[in-house]
Amino acid sequence: MAAVLESLLREEVSVAAAVRWIARSAQSSEVTAPTRPQAWPESAFRDDPGEAAALSSLRPLRKEFVPFLLNFLREQSSRVLPQGPPTPAKAPGSSAALPGRPGGPPRGGRGARSQLFPPTEPSSTAAAEAPSARRGGRRRGPGPGRERGGRGSGGLEEGVSGESSPWAGGRRPRGSGSPGSPSLARSDPPNLSNLEEFPPVGSVPPGPAGRTKPSRRINPTPVSEERSLSKPKTCFTSPPINCVPSSQSSVPDTSPWGHGLPPGCRSLQEEREMLRKERSKQLQQSPTPACPTSESGSPLPSRTGNLTAEPADPARVSSRQRLELIALIYSSCIAENLVPNLFLELFFVLQLLTARRMVATKESDLEPIPGALDSLESPLFQSVHDCVFFAVQVLEHQFQVLSYLDKGTLKLLAENERLLCFSPALQGRLRAAYEGSVAKVSLAMPPSAQAVSFQPETDNRANFSSDRAFHTFKKQRDVFFEVLREWEDRHEEPGWDFEKGLGSRIRAMMGQLSAACSHSHFVRLFQKQLLQMCQSPSGTGGTVLGEAPDVLSMLGADKLGRLRRLQERLVAPQSSGGPCPPPTFPGCQGFFRDFILSASSFQFNQHLMDSLSLKIRELNSLALPQPEPSDEDGESDVDWQGERRQFAMVLLSLRLLAKFLGFVAFLPYRGPEPPPTRELQDSILALRSQVPPALDVRALLQQGLRARRAVLTVPWLVEFLSLADHIVPLLDYYRSIFTLLLHLHRSLVLSKESEGEMCFLNKLLLLAVLGWLFQIPTVPEDLFFLEEGQLDTFEVDTVTSEQGLDGMPVVDQHLLYTCCPYIGELRKLLASWVSGSSGRSGGFVRKITPTTTTGLGAQPPRTTQGLQAQLAQAFFHNQPPSLRRTVEFVAERIGSNCVKHIKFCQKKSPGAVRALLPEETPAAVLSSAENIAVGLATEKACAWLSANITALIRREVKAAVSRTLRAQGPEPAARGERRGCSRACEHHAPLPSHLISEIKDVLALAVGPRDPEEGVSPEHLEQLLGQLGQTLRCRQFLCPPAEQHLAKCSVELASLLVADQIPVLGPPVQHRLERGQARRLLHMLLSLWKDDFQVPVPLQLLLSPRNLGLLADTRPREWDLLLFLLRELVEKGLMGRTEIEACLGSLHDAQWPKDFSEELATLFNPLLAEPHMPEPQLRACELVQTNRGTVLAQS
Amino acid sequence: MILTKAQYDEIAQCLVSVPPTRQSLRKLKQRFPSQSQATLLSIFSQEYQKHIKRTHAKHHTSEAIESYYQRYLNGVGRNGAAPVLLDLANEVDYAPSLMARIILERFLQEHEETPPSKSVINSMLRDPSQIPDGVLANQVYQCIVNDCCYGPLVDCIKHAIGHEHEVLLRDLLLEKSLSFLDEDQLRAKGYDKTPDFILQVPVAVEGHIIHWIESKASFGDECSHHAYLHDQFWSYWNSSEEESLILWLKSPMFLKNLLLEFCWIST
Repeated sequence: MAAVLESLLREEVSVAAAVRWIARSAQSSEVTAPTRPQAWPESAFRDDPGEAAALSSLRPLRKEFVPFLLNFLREQSSRVLPQGPPTPAKAPGSSAALPGRPGGPPRGGRGARSQLFPPTEPSSTAAAEAPSARRGGRRRGPGPGRERGGRGSGGLEEGVSGESSPWAGGRRPRGSGSPGSPSLARSDPPNLSNLEEFPPVGSVPPGPAGRTKPSRRINPTPVSEERSLSKPKTCFTSPPINCVPSSQSSVPDTSPWGHGLPPGCRSLQEEREMLRKERSKQLQQSPTPACPTSESGSPLPSRTGNLTAEPADPARVSSRQRLELIALIYSSCIAENLVPNLFLELFFVLQLLTARRMVATKESDLEPIPGALDSLESPLFQSVHDCVFFAVQVLEHQFQVLSYLDKGTLKLLAENERLLCFSPALQGRLRAAYEGSVAKVSLAMPPSAQAVSFQPETDNRANFSSDRAFHTFKKQRDVFFEVLREWEDRHEEPGWDFEKGLGSRIRAMMGQLSAACSHSHFVRLFQKQLLQMCQSPSGTGGTVLGEAPDVLSMLGADKLGRLRRLQERLVAPQSSGGPCPPPTFPGCQGFFRDFILSASSFQFNQHLMDSLSLKIRELNSLALPQPEPSDEDGESDVDWQGERRQFAMVLLSLRLLAKFLGFVAFLPYRGPEPPPTRELQDSILALRSQVPPALDVRALLQQGLRARRAVLTVPWLVEFLSLADHIVPLLDYYRSIFTLLLHLHRSLVLSKESEGEMCFLNKLLLLAVLGWLFQIPTVPEDLFFLEEGQLDTFEVDTVTSEQGLDGMPVVDQHLLYTCCPYIGELRKLLASWVSGSSGRSGGFVRKITPTTTTGLGAQPPRTTQGLQAQLAQAFFHNQPPSLRRTVEFVAERIGSNCVKHIKFCQKKSPGAVRALLPEETPAAVLSSAENIAVGLATEKACAWLSANITALIRREVKAAVSRTLRAQGPEPAARGERRGCSRACEHHAPLPSHLISEIKDVLALAVGPRDPEEGVSPEHLEQLLGQLGQTLRCRQFLCPPAEQHLAKCSVELASLLVADQIPVLGPPVQHRLERGQARRLLHMLLSLWKDDFQVPVPLQLLLSPRNLGLLADTRPREWDLLLFLLRELVEKGLMGRTEIEACLGSLHDAQWPKDFSEELATLFNPLLAEPHMPEPQLRACELVQTNRGTVLAQS
Repeated sequence: MILTKAQYDEIAQCLVSVPPTRQSLRKLKQRFPSQSQATLLSIFSQEYQKHIKRTHAKHHTSEAIESYYQRYLNGVGRNGAAPVLLDLANEVDYAPSLMARIILERFLQEHEETPPSKSVINSMLRDPSQIPDGVLANQVYQCIVNDCCYGPLVDCIKHAIGHEHEVLLRDLLLEKSLSFLDEDQLRAKGYDKTPDFILQVPVAVEGHIIHWIESKASFGDECSHHAYLHDQFWSYWNSSEEESLILWLKSPMFLKNLLLEFCWIST
């Protein structure tokens, strides 16, 4: 391989030819104009038969070239970027076979390559993380991932050698990806000369466990011994790396490059042995990372002293030509997608750009070896100047990609002084790109915390088999939300554990789900909640975390922007785990993952998979509306915004669903490591190959490619595959999927821009997600560099659809960064350079002094506009989604129309909304929907106008529109009907609660105990009954239970009246109620019972043993009132004689004094025997005081 | 009228170990003449319930029950017309209605073959005439009408108050032309737990977006507010931004004033 490189360096072979040679299989292997910089001499691209001959002899090695090149660059940069973690990984393959020694000793033939990324810590991290792996959907907890490392020829050797330590396979933990986890090197510019910080092999790389990026570097090669000689310069205090004492003394360091074989070339075995010992030592020492990190998760840059980067000077670049050539070939490989991960390479290049200083080596190292310039014998990067020169060269070639990055990154690039110094032209182009960019992307995590509202259509009793099932579901919903709330409140508390805190509750709840029907109900809730909470609301200006909305909104629009930026700096994660983080479940997703794990219910998982699959199919085949081809030139961007937003919604939902489908589907097969032996692997493969996939993703992928919808299908497929276990990529079914993806990856050449091509940002999104997938630990490292033959057989028939989604600008930077947050690492890397080099507080080093603010307690004076927007959001939330879509659709179309014809919006929108919504939509809802549609349409029109028409006109339009809108009011809602009282009723009657309370007081007073001065006045009683009548007639506030109690209390009151038990207050002292008053009151009661009560009055209580018993206790017994009452009852038809008889009959059971029973019999017999006729003498005297002895019982 | 925290605390302070009787309430009224009876009763009830929650368990040990029952028997044995049960409740600092329940339950255990069901006991408490023993019936009835914090009558009063406030609220919503679904309509749609009103078109009140309104005709001290949310409405809490208007205070005036602030900012 080196031979090829050397031929290139000697200009025996042109770069173009070499690239064609490498990418022979790829149909698109022309080095096209954009990748070819003007500065390059034509000769560099000449193609002659001689070179073909030179290359053809090397044909068998072709596929190893790119891995070799990548490894070569990584190795060369080792002295600049020795820290490893954020450094892009190496590609597999690539034993650095030297010219003339192509088949030379494979392992460390040169023996002098440095161990760039000491692959040591996975052992400790693996051990540390293993226990938490259960909770981790990250299959290994935040545990060890792998980086692409050189496997190739060495890979197998490693596997066979059976090093059981995690080092085998060259694994090192990949960033855990937990948001906020630091990536050290970014904010810690390396002090390359400090051995404490950059220990040679065997020491633990910086950073807490699992946070650093691993290298898939496989071959343990001898390391430079020079380094042990370089004195540690104390530039700054040690950053939190190197918690474990380094072991430089035990491992000799050799120069990274170009010094031939180290003395003795100690056997590899010996060194491995040493390393192994070292590792086991560390394993014991540090089960948990000892490195302190700050609370915020940011690595506190502990450097306090002068941290200045070595200035880079273009004039001091050594071997320019060689650097230019390698930069060109490297860039060409990137442009042709021959490298697995575009952004990883960009990250690497930016690392070179921001390298701080070179590790000092022997003097002789720095001297270019005469005559060796054109060979690989001398180091490629001899100084920081070389690094920066090389980086700028590559960036020049990659300008197109850079120009599509977000505005923040462009700014940092354009302001990079090194870049300005080395290529003012590139800097100029970047500045222009920055100024023209509208792609402001926030790196803050998407907000969350929404709950699924009750869904009346499905959560209805009618959808359940039984009351019990319905009841169970209701309970489960409550438990689910309770668990969710608790998680939200507590999951960030230190020491809180999901399983411990919630596990048993979740399992108890799952235990109640017996019927399949209830499982599906619960799964539906679960899935809805998942989508609602985890899908980042793109473009809808979602809420910000916690209290923030209130605080933010009180500031008004201009300050709001600044505050948002400040907030972003405070809440944005420092790092998403390097440029290639392993799949994680950030934020709320963690809840759902842990819920699935804790529930550990087979049925639940199955139902969930079914449901997720269905939803994925549904969304994947969703016909996304395409804007009509505009009849005018320069179709306004307004037309695309809606499509983009909808596409983003669908895509993000799909990705989320697919991720969880992958998680659940591969959960049973997940293990920390691939099977150790070939035989075991084969038997597992035999088993697994007969298991049908949970969802036929291959068919969906093929459909997607055919219909030119790759931009929708591939990103979610990648999410799905990212959670596969180690065996999956080896299965035929999935292998064919990977083959398809590889071909797709190769075909996405960014520089190709022709009719029918995929849009640039669409391609960039696919390249980013695919590149990320190829770096997933479970994807075999050699997969990317497949046999060419396999790729040749690939065919996709794309003629079926000429205008698929792929050709539409559906992806914007916001979506790109949302799907691939790791692209943001570029920006963070650049930002850390800024903060480190100039001490400015820019970038992501948080130098924010919190100050107190006043008056937060007061009600925030919100702007009407903000409030209005919130109201509109709130309105839509409770309405079916279709309503929102309809309104937005109308606004979109009308707005667009309006722009074309300058009509106004409020005339058309309501009609359109009305036409689209179902007829039964309530009037108030309809009117609000219309108003919002008008508002949105106006806004969209104004947005366009603001971009195109002067501010003056805009103001006029807005004023006119709002005038019109003000004129319309919301429709007056219909008045509700009166509740049963007469139309004239003013509802001034006393409240039932008040009356019950009052009557209760009278009862209590009568029953006693009471103080001697207590009592009621007859007037009060009369008034009370009068009020009762009013209340019963105005039924506005009356509910049946209250009326029932009133009825019962009134009967009790009557009993007390009859028994003369009510203490009457009045001059001179407490006394009994007079007969006439009692009768008057009883009459009132009778009339209420007859005319006003609408509930049954329990009159039989009058004759209950207890109430009659009241009478039994009085001496002398006075029966007249009772008899009067009974007669009246009978007369008014309130009670029948038979009824009274029955009551009296039951009285015989009671134990009365004997005389009382006799009296009772004597009195009631005539009453019952009486013919049914009125008794005028009683009626006549009802209002006068009758003589009390009339019916006085004989004693 | 909004009660300040300090006022509430002052009232609550007076209620420490005061029996929940008519007499206590009367004294309270004399002490705080500016507060309405409903307000005072509500606070009294709430504070007393807290007290009962704390002490409830100790009255339900078998020893305690036995001792109460014996004391009751002895008491009525001496004089059946005396307020034996009520005095006993006051003496041991327990709610009279709850004491009545304990004794009734114990009595039925002794006199019936099968242990009494809860519904039988509830029914007897609602209508003491059903109690087979006349003396006990009177004693229980006395407890119930004298208890101002517990018992079927008090429950009914509370329920009635809740209902009345809902009606008031509905009228005010109608008056303000706000479109809403009430509890019955929500039930008809299949909701199992419902707030009093869901606004079909949300409104803004003093800068807060209101989606639904729940009227609680009792005092919303921190504790009950929290418990209430926890028990009932998490599943309706639709987004972090969504706010409910929970009307805790009883005074209709308060409601009226608040609702006057309602406005649907339509443009």
